[in-house]
Amino acid sequence: MAQPRVQWFKFSSPPNFYDLSGRLIPWFGGLAVVLFITGLYTGFVVAPPDYQQGDSYRIMFIHVPAAWMSMFLYVLMAVYAAIGLIWRVKTAEVMAKAIAPTGALFTFLALWSGALWGKPTWGAYWVWDARLTSELILLFLYLGYMALHGAIEDRQRAANASAVLALAGVVNVPIIYFSVKWWNTLHQGASITVTSSPTMETVMLTALLLMTFACWMYSIAVVLWRARLELLERERRTKWVLERMGGKA
Amino acid sequence: MMALLRALLALLQRDLLLAVRRRQDALVVLGFFVVVVSLFPLGVGPDPQLLRSMAPGVLWVSALLATMLSLERLFADDFRDGSLEQLLLTPQPLPLLVLMKILAHWLVTGLPLVLISPLLGMQLNLDGAEIVVLMTALLLGTPILSLVGAIGAGLTLGLRGGGVLISLLILPLYVPALIMGSGAVDAVMYGSSPEAHLSLLAALLIFTLLLAPWAIAAALRIMLD
Repeated sequence: MAQPRVQWFKFSSPPNFYDLSGRLIPWFGGLAVVLFITGLYTGFVVAPPDYQQGDSYRIMFIHVPAAWMSMFLYVLMAVYAAIGLIWRVKTAEVMAKAIAPTGALFTFLALWSGALWGKPTWGAYWVWDARLTSELILLFLYLGYMALHGAIEDRQRAANASAVLALAGVVNVPIIYFSVKWWNTLHQGASITVTSSPTMETVMLTALLLMTFACWMYSIAVVLWRARLELLERERRTKWVLERMGGKA
Repeated sequence: MMALLRALLALLQRDLLLAVRRRQDALVVLGFFVVVVSLFPLGVGPDPQLLRSMAPGVLWVSALLATMLSLERLFADDFRDGSLEQLLLTPQPLPLLVLMKILAHWLVTGLPLVLISPLLGMQLNLDGAEIVVLMTALLLGTPILSLVGAIGAGLTLGLRGGGVLISLLILPLYVPALIMGSGAVDAVMYGSSPEAHLSLLAALLIFTLLLAPWAIAAALRIMLD
């Protein structure tokens, strides 16, 4: 078998992952801070008020990135879960578990900011819009994943069982999304849509992209951090942990 | 091939026999379904028009909850007396064996819900055509509920508070079946064809039938590892 040029699995060994992520976290964290500051400044100070929604549209700069992250992180979690389940890569199992709380956080943020945005624009904190509803169900999926992980005491079994659940969830997410969307259009007639003005101003788009990258960097930093701690706990009796912790068992 | 068929039939027969011996289990689920549906009018008032428009949702949500209630027993007894482990050790493919267990479970808990639904539909003021569609939708939908629910039952096997956990894991996955199922009845009620809903429900059933047994088998192997 030909050796691949980059030895990807080298990074999946716990000690290598631990060392590399330790060096990367400050960079991602720092980038997140810088991007958040510039993004928020561009979004809240530089960008002009919307001609229709006034200043309330600025919630978008939190809301849209959070909604994107919430969906993307679920898929990513399922991918890691699958890698962990199929190839028995311990680091992947740890990563899947580490992603879940951040994903749930972003889902919650998207719902919360959506509700706050909904009040001035639609006149209600909550409407049974297709996107809101499927986002809510996504939150339930995250909670179920975390609840199952927490309920099983054996770590290996917990990782495998919740991986199966994550995969069942990810297969279902598109079906749920389309059924909710269909349900919504049938029940509400003309559905309320979260249309941003079709020609978004460049400065608004810049702010939105900055905030999105900021959320990305934040997620990477926090997930790696959580994964590191989890690895230490799982491997606390191994030599590499003892070496790095100064030999205290 | 013959050996496989014989094994599958034997398993089906065993599960059905067990269910007949302990008929209370199935009857409790049915009773739960009837009681929950009958409580709704007491909660929202006896206005026939309101009850009629709520009927599809009420019947479907009650069916979800009743199925949920029965899921905990699906593997738990076999797990406790060790026969589930024997099942995992047999040479026959586990997904097929699991499918038989679910078929038995559906015959005992899902089918009675379908059969009693006309009575409850009449109680909620549905007319003939709507009841026919309701039964068809439940007939297509309750196997989905059993199949998807079995994944949850497998994943929570032997856990403390498994029953409550199943509902958190599985109810979000029931959303498509709920929407299609009650949507079909809604459609006839508003004078359009329920065909689209029923077709999608049938497609969902086939899809679930293809994938769920493997997921359940994987879950059982993990939890009995």
